Amino acid sequence: MIARTLPIAVAVLALLTLPLWIGGTYYVNVTSQILFYAIFALGLNVLAGYGGLVSLGHAGLFGISSYVVGYMLQLGYGHTAAILMALAVGNVSMAIYALLSLRSTGIGFIMITLALGQILWGLAYRWISVTGGDNGINVPTRPAPFGLSLADSGNFYYATLVVFLLSVIAVAIFARSPLGAALMGTRDQPRRMNALGYHVLAIRFWACLFSGLLTSVSGILFVYYTQFISPQTLALTSSAEVLLMVISGGPGTLLGPIVGAGLVVVVKNVVSGFIERWNFLLGAIFVAIVILMPEGLVPGTVRLWRLATRKRAPAKAEIKTEGKP
Amino acid sequence: MTFYLVLTVNSVTFGGLLFLLSAGFSLIFGLMRIPNLTHGSLFMIGAYIGATFVIGLLGVKLNFWLAAILATLAVALLGALAERLLLRRLPGDQLAQVLVTLGLSFMAADACLALWGGDPLNVPTPDGLGGFVRTGIGAFPLYRVAVIAIAVVFAVALWLLLDRTRLGAMIRAGVDDPDMARVVGIRVSQLFTIVFALGAGLAAFAGIIGGPILSVYPGLDQDMLPLALVVVILGGSGSLLGSFVGSIVVGFLYNFGQALLPELAYFVLFLPMLLVLLLRPQGLFGRHVP
Repeated sequence: MIARTLPIAVAVLALLTLPLWIGGTYYVNVTSQILFYAIFALGLNVLAGYGGLVSLGHAGLFGISSYVVGYMLQLGYGHTAAILMALAVGNVSMAIYALLSLRSTGIGFIMITLALGQILWGLAYRWISVTGGDNGINVPTRPAPFGLSLADSGNFYYATLVVFLLSVIAVAIFARSPLGAALMGTRDQPRRMNALGYHVLAIRFWACLFSGLLTSVSGILFVYYTQFISPQTLALTSSAEVLLMVISGGPGTLLGPIVGAGLVVVVKNVVSGFIERWNFLLGAIFVAIVILMPEGLVPGTVRLWRLATRKRAPAKAEIKTEGKP
Repeated sequence: MTFYLVLTVNSVTFGGLLFLLSAGFSLIFGLMRIPNLTHGSLFMIGAYIGATFVIGLLGVKLNFWLAAILATLAVALLGALAERLLLRRLPGDQLAQVLVTLGLSFMAADACLALWGGDPLNVPTPDGLGGFVRTGIGAFPLYRVAVIAIAVVFAVALWLLLDRTRLGAMIRAGVDDPDMARVVGIRVSQLFTIVFALGAGLAAFAGIIGGPILSVYPGLDQDMLPLALVVVILGGSGSLLGSFVGSIVVGFLYNFGQALLPELAYFVLFLPMLLVLLLRPQGLFGRHVP
């Protein structure tokens, strides 16, 4: 028990005291980025990892929430109204996504979500009277909940951290809940689940909505972080980036997407300081991970660790039960 | 009236280009069961290589058609290599294969940006096709009419290939039932490479003959890939007729949408796709749901 709770306690403590020891606003900001991208990746992981439904249109949902915040503020509404509206629009969009794309699974699901994501990108890019086209929308201010101005990067970090921890807890509860277990059942054995009397489509639909909620939340944090939103955020590249976070970290694990988000954000921030070719590197990492470490970094490392520490790998037993048809 | 007439010719031309692009996409999808997300990149690479030959490389300028053939062959080889060296390593794992094509498309896009820079390349219209066709109802650019003719020729040739040759029969067998095709002795995995190369070549050819109309620019891949996706979802995967009808429909929607509803053109483009998904998920001419 201690072996499980101690690392978590240390990690949370480290995150809580982070602005004190990390040395510099820049690093605090990078950590804020990691945290809201981790929420995004956790959201996608609910579908791609636990549900086995890989979406390539999540950047569209992420972006639409950001745009709603920007547009509402432009219309003169307050931050609370803007955030609530963004959550509502994000979830309605996710429901529409789900209704259209859940007609198929696997490759069909990827294609339909990709096309839907491109529709949203196309709207953001072309519907200039609302979105400002390529110029995007500026968000002049950050909100100040309980009188605490988030314009300060430290305060913004703590607000993001609170939302992040809540999201992690929500996903952890979800993964252990009957609904989460049923979702994983529909991923592994949809026909059996159906025969057992589970409503496969309904389970997937609720999972979609949960994923959409997390995605919207991260989109809102993103737009307040950058204080700017442009069609680039909705592009296929962004969808692929977040999918890379999930896949590189380890789909279907709680820690995986968080590690993946950290990896991608750090590599992106550090590497783009040295070279221009970030997208090339992104593609190359993608191909390398899919071919060499398909289970992701976290399960891969755990497997290697077990192999190294114990001579007889207990991982084998797990593989056997998974492999049964 | 002339406005709509010109728009119609443009739509059919664009539909022809889309057909060349999506016929290969549809065949790859039908046979290998994966949407090849590098297809837009192959289109763009073909256009860039062709444009480089036409504009002149190291002082050597090539004839437009020769450049087109060279670019087509080069990209077909590239496609075959990608299939042999990467996709082949992940047999049966379609999800991983799609992700590999996605990763490759980013690498290709960035490599093109590094090699050719961010400025669009304008490809000159080939000699002898720069003029206009004058008929009783108006004048049309000769090149666009030529593109329509080329697309029709390719459609007929592809139909003959698929319907009348032994290779075509093997491909159709692979699309309909890959396991059964294997059992009767067809080397389906070899077909994968052939079809991938064929699709890549067709996409590159579409890219270079589309060059004088669309020009070549970074982001061309991302503009074309969703269109190919829509065509295949509309027409149904693995069906040549489906690609043909889907391409013409998308060509009309794209051009009329841009002319009449420029702000919502993209939305108009995707609407029929959504309708097809709801009412006929296997596509208009497809046999199985992806």
